[in-house]
Amino acid sequence: MRITQGQFSFLPDLSDDEIRAQVDYAIGRGWALSVEWTDDPHPRNCYWNMWGIPMFQISDGAAVLYEVNACRKANPETYIKVNAFDNTRGVESMVMSFIVQRPTVEPGFGLQRTEEHGRTIRYTTHSYAANRPAGQRYDA
Amino acid sequence: MNKPVEGRITDMKERYKGGVLKYKQMGYWRPDYEPKDTDVICVFRITPQEGVDAIEAAAAVAGESSTATWTVVWTDLLTAHEDYQAKAYRVDPVPGTGEGTGKEPQYFAYIAYDIILFEEGSIANMTASLIGNVFSFKPLKAGRLEDIRIPVAYAKTFKGPPTGIIVERERLDKFGRPLLGATMKPKLGLSGKNYGRVVYEGLTGGLDFTKDDENINSQPFMHWRDRFLFCMEAVNRAQANTGEIKGHYLNITAADMEEMYARAEFAKSLGSNIVMIDLIVGWTAIQSISNWCRKNDMILHMHRAGHGTYTRQKNHGVSFRVMAKWLRLAGVDHLHTGTAVGKLEGDPMTVQGYYNVCREGYNKQDLSRGLFFDQDWCDLKKVMPVASGGIHVGQMHQLITLFGDDVVLQFGGGTIGHPGGIQAGAIANRVGLEAMVKARNEGKDIANEGPQILKDAAKWCKPLEVALETWKDVSFNYTSTDTPDFVATPTAS
Repeated sequence: MRITQGQFSFLPDLSDDEIRAQVDYAIGRGWALSVEWTDDPHPRNCYWNMWGIPMFQISDGAAVLYEVNACRKANPETYIKVNAFDNTRGVESMVMSFIVQRPTVEPGFGLQRTEEHGRTIRYTTHSYAANRPAGQRYDA
Repeated sequence: MNKPVEGRITDMKERYKGGVLKYKQMGYWRPDYEPKDTDVICVFRITPQEGVDAIEAAAAVAGESSTATWTVVWTDLLTAHEDYQAKAYRVDPVPGTGEGTGKEPQYFAYIAYDIILFEEGSIANMTASLIGNVFSFKPLKAGRLEDIRIPVAYAKTFKGPPTGIIVERERLDKFGRPLLGATMKPKLGLSGKNYGRVVYEGLTGGLDFTKDDENINSQPFMHWRDRFLFCMEAVNRAQANTGEIKGHYLNITAADMEEMYARAEFAKSLGSNIVMIDLIVGWTAIQSISNWCRKNDMILHMHRAGHGTYTRQKNHGVSFRVMAKWLRLAGVDHLHTGTAVGKLEGDPMTVQGYYNVCREGYNKQDLSRGLFFDQDWCDLKKVMPVASGGIHVGQMHQLITLFGDDVVLQFGGGTIGHPGGIQAGAIANRVGLEAMVKARNEGKDIANEGPQILKDAAKWCKPLEVALETWKDVSFNYTSTDTPDFVATPTAS
C-alpha cells in the first residue's frame, strides 16, 4: 500500500527540485519550515520526531533541502515530511505538510474489531510495521 | 444633537397625543444619527408600494423591527423610548432601479439598533426582531435584509464554531490543500449496507469525507442506526486502507431535540469525528447541537437545506451573507456556501463574499462582493466553506483560483458517476486536486494553465483521463439572480 497522508501522496514522489519549489513557496509567504520523521505512521500519530527545531525566518530554500537530505541519511527506510507553519494571528498552525521519503515497502495497517452490545463495533487501526521494535520496523 | 429633523415630532405633547402618526414623525427616521460602535446595523433593500415615500418606508421598517405598533401608545413614555427605537439614518436608491430603468424603484435603507434590543448569544432573538414582522408589512411590496454589521460587543456573546478550520485540520492532520468530499448518491433508497459500500469506495479511493444528503434521516429503506453502523465500518476500513484519517457526515437531523441528541450520542459512541444537521432545524436547535459538539469534540457540518426560500429572490428575503454571519455566530464548522461554477445559484464575486464571511478574521467593506460593512469577528473561529453541487474535476483550477485551500470541494455525481467506478472517481478528483495545488505553489498561473495541468496529470493517471473526457462539456452557464448592485466610484487619491 501507499500511505496517502500529506498534500501530494497521490502524485509521483517529488524530486528534490520539486521539493525546493514547494519550500520556496512557503518561504515567500513568511512561513517557518520543519522536517519530521517517523517509523510509526499511524494516522493518529500527530507527533513525528522533529529533525531539529522549525526554521524560522529563513530566506534560502537550500537550507531546508540540506536538512531533508541529512534526515534521509540518518533515517533511511522511514517516513519523512516537510511542514510549513504560519504564525499569523488566527492561523498559528501548520499550513503545508507533504511526505518526502517513504520506506521501500509499506506494509500498511490492519483493522481490529471488538464486537460489543447490539451491533456496535470498536475499531482499532494497527500498523503492521509497529509489531517490530522501533528502529527495525522497515528493515528488509 | 437635537436639531429638528424633517417630519420628526419632538414636542412630547404632540408626539404622544394619541392617534396615528407617520413612522418618520414618530422618530424612526433620523438622518442626523451617527451609529454607535455598539449598534447592530442592517441594510435592507426595500421596494415601497406605489405612492409610499422611500423615507417613510425605511422608517416603517425601523419601526416594525423594533418598538413600533400601528398607533401611538402612551406606555412608550414609561421607557427610555428613544433608545429602543431603531433608527433609519440613510436611504440610497439602488443603482439600476427606478425612473428610466424600467424597474420599480428600490432603495437601500440603513437602520441602526441599540444593543439593548438584543439578548446575548441568541440568534433566535436577533432574527425575531430583524426579520420578524417587517417582511409581511403592507406598505412594502418587498424587502430584503442585504447585510448586517454585528458590533464586537455583541459578537463576543456568541461562542461561534465548536471546532473551526484550524482545529479541524489539526484533528484530521490535513494541511495545505482543499479537502475533498462527496455526497452519497442516490440520495434515497439505498439500504444501509449498499450505502456504506459507496462510502467505503469513495473514502478508500482518496476522498477525505463523504456525506449524507439533506433528506437522509431515518426512512423505511434505511433506519438511521443501520446507516451509522455501516458507514462507520466503511470509514474505519478506508482509514486502515490508506493510513489517512477519514470521516462521514452523519446526518442527525430529526423531529425533535431529544432524538437529535440520541443520534449524536450514537455517532460519538461509534467514533465518528463529524455530524451533520440541516438549516431547516432552526436557530435554537442549531445553537443547542453546536453546544453539544463543543462538549463532545465533534465537527458540525451544516447543510443549508432550505436557504433558497430566504435567499434566492433579490428583492425579498434575507441575503445568504447574512445567513452566513448568523451561522458563524451560532456555531457551525462547515457551511455550504456555493460553487459559482456548479449547478446551483451563485455569482462568483457574491459567492466569494460569503467565503470571506466564513473565513476572515476581519471583513473589510467590499461592495463588489456584496459586503456593505466592516465586520470584526473578534477571533471567533472560522467556518470551513463547502462547495457542492454540479462540480467536476475539470473545473479544479477554477475552484482553487476562486476559493483557495480552506474549502471542502464536494464532487458527488463527479465521483460516483465515474465510468470506472467510485474509487476511480475519487482517485481522479484527488490527483486533479493535488496536481493543481502543487502547480499553483510552483508559481504556475493555474487559472489559465489549469486545463493543461490536468491533461498532463491525466497522461499517467487513467481515471483522471476518463473523468476529463466524461465531463468535458458540462458547465452551468445561467445568469445569476443574486448579484451586487453598486456603482464603482474611483477612490480619491
